[in-house]
Amino acid sequence: MCLAVPGKILTITESPIDDPFGRTGRVSFGGIVKEVCLAYTPEAQVGNFVIVHVGFALNTVDELEAHRVFEYLRQMDELAELETSPP
Amino acid sequence: MKFIDEYRDKAGAERYARALAEITTRPWTIMEVCGGQTHAIVKFGIDQLLPPQITLVHGPGCPVCVTPLELIDKAIHIAGQPGVIFCSFGDMLRVPGSKSDLLSVKAAGGDVRIVYSPMDAVKIARDNPDKSVVFFAVGFETTAPANAMSVFQAAREKLTNFSILVSHVLVPPAMEAILGSSGNCVQGFLAAGHVCTVMGYTEYDPIAAKYRVPIVVTGFEPLDILQGVYLCVKQLEEGRHCVENQYTRAVQREGNLGAQDLIRRVFRVIPRKWRGVGEIPQSGFGLTPEYAGFDAEQRFGITDYTAEESGECISGQILQGHKKPRDCPAFGTRCTPEHPFGATMVSTEGACAAYYRYRRD
Repeated sequence: MCLAVPGKILTITESPIDDPFGRTGRVSFGGIVKEVCLAYTPEAQVGNFVIVHVGFALNTVDELEAHRVFEYLRQMDELAELETSPP
Repeated sequence: MKFIDEYRDKAGAERYARALAEITTRPWTIMEVCGGQTHAIVKFGIDQLLPPQITLVHGPGCPVCVTPLELIDKAIHIAGQPGVIFCSFGDMLRVPGSKSDLLSVKAAGGDVRIVYSPMDAVKIARDNPDKSVVFFAVGFETTAPANAMSVFQAAREKLTNFSILVSHVLVPPAMEAILGSSGNCVQGFLAAGHVCTVMGYTEYDPIAAKYRVPIVVTGFEPLDILQGVYLCVKQLEEGRHCVENQYTRAVQREGNLGAQDLIRRVFRVIPRKWRGVGEIPQSGFGLTPEYAGFDAEQRFGITDYTAEESGECISGQILQGHKKPRDCPAFGTRCTPEHPFGATMVSTEGACAAYYRYRRD
């Protein structure tokens, strides 16, 4: 139920004057486009990826941090090589 | 899809599994809290990649599973009233109540509608001013920003025909209840990534310190889960117990402060009953006095109704990590997704449903 899916923002409509939480955007999930509430991600811009749950963007994906899982693997491999290589 | 497919890389998963085997010297039991993680673990066979000393037990993080029987009965009661449009996420419809389920109400002519977002229910209320529109607001912290927004916007628009049946539950008190129970076997946690996207993870520091358990905020894809298990086992092997964040691309330490603000305006922390588990203090949300007028239980005069659960389903023990689905004599025979005894067999994120789908051999 806590499924949240990353999608790319295509367009943004800023809040109307009478609705402080009215910021919305069209977000593409691998080609399927849905309207998403961007009230909780005021920092998100067109081209950013946001994590979307039941029609609400909960956060902007940090693209630099997104590599950390692979970076950690690479570091483990380097460490293993150091340990096994002859002195 | 970007930010999904690359985290399903087979070579990377095997590398993490090898690294885990290298650092594991003793048996460890780790609980993944979130049902979404349970589903991924069983679907991708992640548990079968792990060294035999590591046991993953499945936690209570499936809101469909833990919604108490009496709230299902209340939903069924409201949905059967004339002039009501009852809106719900799809997976609540087949959850068995004491005598019936929401799908049966719909089949009997009740206006029960599946919605994708609570804002769809607000729109239905706007479009149907002569009907009473009720949204079944279930969920963990992840869903609270959306459900809070539905109430806030309905109040702003003065939609007096809109209300919500609240069944919101909170993760940290459930983790404490598990750690404090007499039969606890959990030595480390993978905390639910998207719950932390909203709430951050400062709440977990005192739990990790008090119970001396590592807690790793973890994502939902195979490489995320494997790295989460790796970080957790590394702490256990080194005798450490702190809170770490594996899911850094989507979670910051303080969480989403704007979402937390609106949650606090609309909801307050209250005790909640969890199906199969019982009441856990301070483990749920109810509406604040300012928004109490949107409480469907008050509107339909059913606040005092209670219901007792039958003893046959062992989902409570499964949700607390004491048992696995195959320990249940009814699993896959008398209890199936078509004829579920309990909610863990209904929701796709329930441990029993995941085992039924992927592990029946």
